[in-house]
Amino acid sequence: MAAELKPVLLALAILLGGVGGAAVLTWWERRLLGFWQDRYGPNRLGPFGIGQVVADMIKLLTKDDWVPPFADRVVFIFAPTAIVVAMMMGFAVVPFAPDVVIIDVNIGLLFFLGMTSLAVYSVLLGGLASNNKYALLGGLRSAAQMVSYEVFMGLSLMGIVMMTGSFSLVDIVAAQEDLWFCFSQVLGLLVFVVAGIAESHRLPFDLPEAEHELTAGFHTEYGGMKFAMFMLGEYLGLMLISCMIVTLFFGGWMGPAYIDHWLPPIVWFGLKVFFVINFFVLLRAAIPRPRYDQLMSLGWKIMLPITLINLVLTGWVLLSMEA
Amino acid sequence: MQAAETLTDSRVEEDLYREFGADLLVVQKCADNIPTVWVPRESLMAVLQFLKPQFSMLYDLFAIDERTRVYRQGQPDSDFTVVYQLLSMQRNDDFRIKVALSESDLHIPTAISVWPNANWYEREAWDMFGVVFDGHPSLFRILLPPTWEGHALRKDHPARATEMGPFEMGPERVAREQEALRFRPEDWGMQDADDDSQYMFLNLGPNHPSVHGVFRIALQLDGEVIIDSVPDIGYHHRGAEKMGERQTWHSYIPYTDRIDYLGGVMNNFAYVLSVEQMAGIEVPDRAKVIRIMLAELFRISSHLVFYGTFVQDVGQMSPVFYMFVDREKLFGIIEAITGGRMHPAWFRIGGVAQDLPNGWESMVREFIDYLPARLDHYEKMSMQNKILKERTVGIGVYTEQEALEWGITGPGLRATGNDWDLRKKRPYGGYEQFDFDVPTATGGDCYDRAALRVEEIRQSLRIIRQCLDNMPEGPYKSDHALTTPPPKERSMQDIETLIHHFLNVSWGPVIPESEGSFMIEASKGINSYHLISDRGTNAYRTRIRTPSFPHLQQIPLISNGLMIPDLIAIIASIDFVMADVDR
Repeated sequence: MAAELKPVLLALAILLGGVGGAAVLTWWERRLLGFWQDRYGPNRLGPFGIGQVVADMIKLLTKDDWVPPFADRVVFIFAPTAIVVAMMMGFAVVPFAPDVVIIDVNIGLLFFLGMTSLAVYSVLLGGLASNNKYALLGGLRSAAQMVSYEVFMGLSLMGIVMMTGSFSLVDIVAAQEDLWFCFSQVLGLLVFVVAGIAESHRLPFDLPEAEHELTAGFHTEYGGMKFAMFMLGEYLGLMLISCMIVTLFFGGWMGPAYIDHWLPPIVWFGLKVFFVINFFVLLRAAIPRPRYDQLMSLGWKIMLPITLINLVLTGWVLLSMEA
Repeated sequence: MQAAETLTDSRVEEDLYREFGADLLVVQKCADNIPTVWVPRESLMAVLQFLKPQFSMLYDLFAIDERTRVYRQGQPDSDFTVVYQLLSMQRNDDFRIKVALSESDLHIPTAISVWPNANWYEREAWDMFGVVFDGHPSLFRILLPPTWEGHALRKDHPARATEMGPFEMGPERVAREQEALRFRPEDWGMQDADDDSQYMFLNLGPNHPSVHGVFRIALQLDGEVIIDSVPDIGYHHRGAEKMGERQTWHSYIPYTDRIDYLGGVMNNFAYVLSVEQMAGIEVPDRAKVIRIMLAELFRISSHLVFYGTFVQDVGQMSPVFYMFVDREKLFGIIEAITGGRMHPAWFRIGGVAQDLPNGWESMVREFIDYLPARLDHYEKMSMQNKILKERTVGIGVYTEQEALEWGITGPGLRATGNDWDLRKKRPYGGYEQFDFDVPTATGGDCYDRAALRVEEIRQSLRIIRQCLDNMPEGPYKSDHALTTPPPKERSMQDIETLIHHFLNVSWGPVIPESEGSFMIEASKGINSYHLISDRGTNAYRTRIRTPSFPHLQQIPLISNGLMIPDLIAIIASIDFVMADVDR
């Protein structure tokens, strides 16, 4: 009985943890940005301003749930839920610790890629359904961005799959017992991080939103809770991508070789994810936004060739080692 | 004023006489010694075309309602006068053409074919005075709303809301105003579609994060590529010129602060220099150096805001906060000296409001020692950033020739390789005593415009250091009867001085009848106040020539064919504030 209940409880825990984590992350990011930008960030409510999270939630929940009369009502309401659902589903295959994973499917990696791809519909549909020109441009940009970045996001991970011989994320972590893939798959890591930022629509790749150009891009017409869903989706995406980077390249739950036993696996995992998230926040603070066509050419002319080179190199090394 | 004297030996006048005959032309003497020639309307176009090869820039174009002006000795009869002020940079020379029009026949040919930037100026003159420019392609309102009745700068148009009937916004009026706001591409000279594609029209602004105020630009888009763009201004119009006809010479100073609201005392500078020129006031040395120091501090402040927002508009999030921290420190100094921050209204006719406070040296020294290291940081963080360079290098390019044709001055002009800086070319207010360089660039693109302003910050720091090391002793205000506020030392000693003091405070000084303008190198380009005194306590006409106005007009020229993000970079690189455009 207890064994059957475990995945359910785990799923609940991750669901709540995900939403709670995203909420806290909004506060943490603002504090961190404030720290780096010589200002305070939210610091009034509760210790270190952590109460801001609650205040924001109350504000968003009590806002008028308004749908613009010119919008496509059904799609307009559906769009923000898609990103949250897709990102949440993505967490199902993340191995937080050796036995803390909801489902260890043998196509875990593909499942993750599939789920993140679904999330783009949210942006696309939100942009189209708003019937607003800025939102439309945001939606178009996100479609173009997805087309170019999905391709090598998947391809960049194939080196890992070749080395592990499995799509299961648990197997992938286990395969990093001796050497983390961040060393043997440097190019893969590079490309995946770039694609990951593009996937989660964060600066410098926040072109669908690009507030300086498109006011608020695809979610220009959104407010209240529906807007909050987009934000929730973005932060869940950020956490999911960070979890995946840790799982795929930084040994998942394993600590560095000699000090592995210092902390329990799940704490190691959490620490690493925390660092990756902070890295993403730092990127957001530091880098300007490329133009739409420059982003495309970066994708097709630089990222894709790197991925292919990585693939060939990995295959060549593996085959020569076998021989 | 020293510079103005060199202008009188201009031979353009003589050439003009020889060409058109002296009997046709009337010469007017102005306080600024700029040759001012009245030309009959019939020969206007010929005269303008004759002058164009020598005067490449139409510096300003405006109208004057002369109907109630009393002291016009030696000037031809005129109800409305249209003034063309020309600037030649090769010759370092100015020229002013005036055309007299009678109220019953307010027609004059358009000068767009000679200088393209006449377009907006002529629309403004029509908007404000009802002067019809024959042949103008789009002679509709530019600053006032399309439903406005009357021409606001005419003397018979009320200046205050209390002089008009109560304002009512009934349903009919709402409908009318709404209808006037409807966007029709044809009205803007745009096509809905051509053979290949149907275009999208995007209304960028007046509320948009990157238009730096209430600036609107209508875009005709093919995807994200801009086919055509039409800037629309006037949302920030506050009737500053009209208010100049109502406020006393002294009490208008705070209004000037709010023209280029990032420039602070820089606006006061242009205004008081113009008034002092008319009143013949010599400013003491200490006041000169104090003014220059404050003006340069504000140049830094303005450029820091530009720098931060420019970088932010191409998507880099953090630098603007660092620059605002620096600006805050700078405001600390401004506040200690003037008591104000953005709008100190601190210059006075004849000097400045107060002497410098105790301890100002250490504050200023601390700041100018602190800023260069920060600028080095920003250089690495932003200007050397590869993405920022890709976004801005080669974007929004115009040549020196185009810049002159479109009336572009200041850093926007110097980015094309022209080193025209009034502080060097016509040192005013004491700038001749300072040692500094005029940075130039050759690309004429967004990146160069930004990089040049960064270098200007460093040069301003040099000037401020020289002010600091060489601050002269002496009075901070001129001992002249027309200065404001009037000298009070002896007013309690004898009745005569008391009466004069009382009148000059309550009524304000009477500036002798005269006319003239004074150009200064403001943070955004050349700024000047063309003032006319009709022997009154306030200006008969206040014409504010701001640099931002022509800068916005040429946006379509450099942005058509590019993408929306490029337009944002272009807008950011121009460095304008809407109050400086709309006044």
